[in-house]
Amino acid sequence: MPYSINVNGAVREVDVDADTPMLWVLRDVVGLTGTKYGCGVAMCGACTIHVDGKARRACFTPVSNVGSAQIRTIETLHETAVGQALQRAWRELDVVQCGYCQSGQLMSAAALLEANPRPSDDDIDMVMAGNICRCGTYGRIRAGIHLAARYLNESTTGSGQ
Amino acid sequence: MMCRSILVMIAALGTSVTLAADLRPVSTFKKISNRTERSAALFTEAARVLEHPRCLNCHPADRTPTQGDDLHPHNPPIRADEEGHGPPGLPCNTCHQVQNTPTNVTPIESIPGHAHWMLAPPSMSWQGLTTRQICEQVKDPARNGKRTLEKIHEHLALDTLVGWAWNPGAGRAAAPGTQKAFGELIAAWIATGAACPADRPADR
Ligand code: FES
Ligand code: FES
Repeated sequence: MPYSINVNGAVREVDVDADTPMLWVLRDVVGLTGTKYGCGVAMCGACTIHVDGKARRACFTPVSNVGSAQIRTIETLHETAVGQALQRAWRELDVVQCGYCQSGQLMSAAALLEANPRPSDDDIDMVMAGNICRCGTYGRIRAGIHLAARYLNESTTGSGQ
Repeated sequence: MMCRSILVMIAALGTSVTLAADLRPVSTFKKISNRTERSAALFTEAARVLEHPRCLNCHPADRTPTQGDDLHPHNPPIRADEEGHGPPGLPCNTCHQVQNTPTNVTPIESIPGHAHWMLAPPSMSWQGLTTRQICEQVKDPARNGKRTLEKIHEHLALDTLVGWAWNPGAGRAAAPGTQKAFGELIAAWIATGAACPADRPADR
């Protein structure tokens, strides 16, 4: 069945079954392979994308549920201020180990900072508990989110560089 | 052969057989002549739905939903706010779709979903309460969302999120009976004075 979906600011025509998960539409049809598969059952967060700015697990979000919503994937996260702050913090703290989980971690972290610009450790743990990292980079992820929040705060108060 | 004779026996018993998964129809309570006792018995039967895991899992004792028939903590870990949604950045619909969604991964056959998927408010937590305590809470406007008994009936008999309990998706047992039969029990309970059952000795 044909669907017009809005991915990273461009309308894409895809012809797939109504129950096809967005993860496979993005990876196999649109060709955006930054979004990863981990579990397929909402347990790991590797497949996190944004749908109208909110985090969504793509591994079982049927394409028919998305409609005309704006979808953002890891490939364009850097276009947002939050995405830039997260990338800078991630590089600064060398957060990544193998990297497999990290696009999902960054998409979840971005959704968290959009909703809560100054999260506490507890706020971070509550949201990021849905994202698993087999390499165990949790401590650096939490530190990276705090650092990104600081960069964002400095840029809005004008005290940043 | 054995199965066949059981089927013959059930057929012989006709409509008087109520399977464990069914709810007793309101008509079967008529033989309780005392109105208050009848009302309490009607609620006790309706409570088989309220105390079913499909309902209890989203009426937890604290702000952490539970899962499965054994009410184990929700995985991934989640803590809902007072309104019943996930923390900022992780609303319920990050994972829960507007409908039950099959997975291709065993043993989780489907992820439950509904357009208004959310946790019950803290004042309506049921886990750990006795049937009497749930009954009193359901009647109490200070805890039931300021609902009159009429509104309680409307909510329980017609709300589609309540109705999810009978349409819980693959891999999950539905609540007993039907929402219609449940609504009839609640209506009859209200019509007979909305009495609450006494705690059973084991509850005290
Ligand atoms: S692949 Fe979607 S949550 Fe694990
Ligand atoms: S960095 Fe390896 S799984 Fe997270």
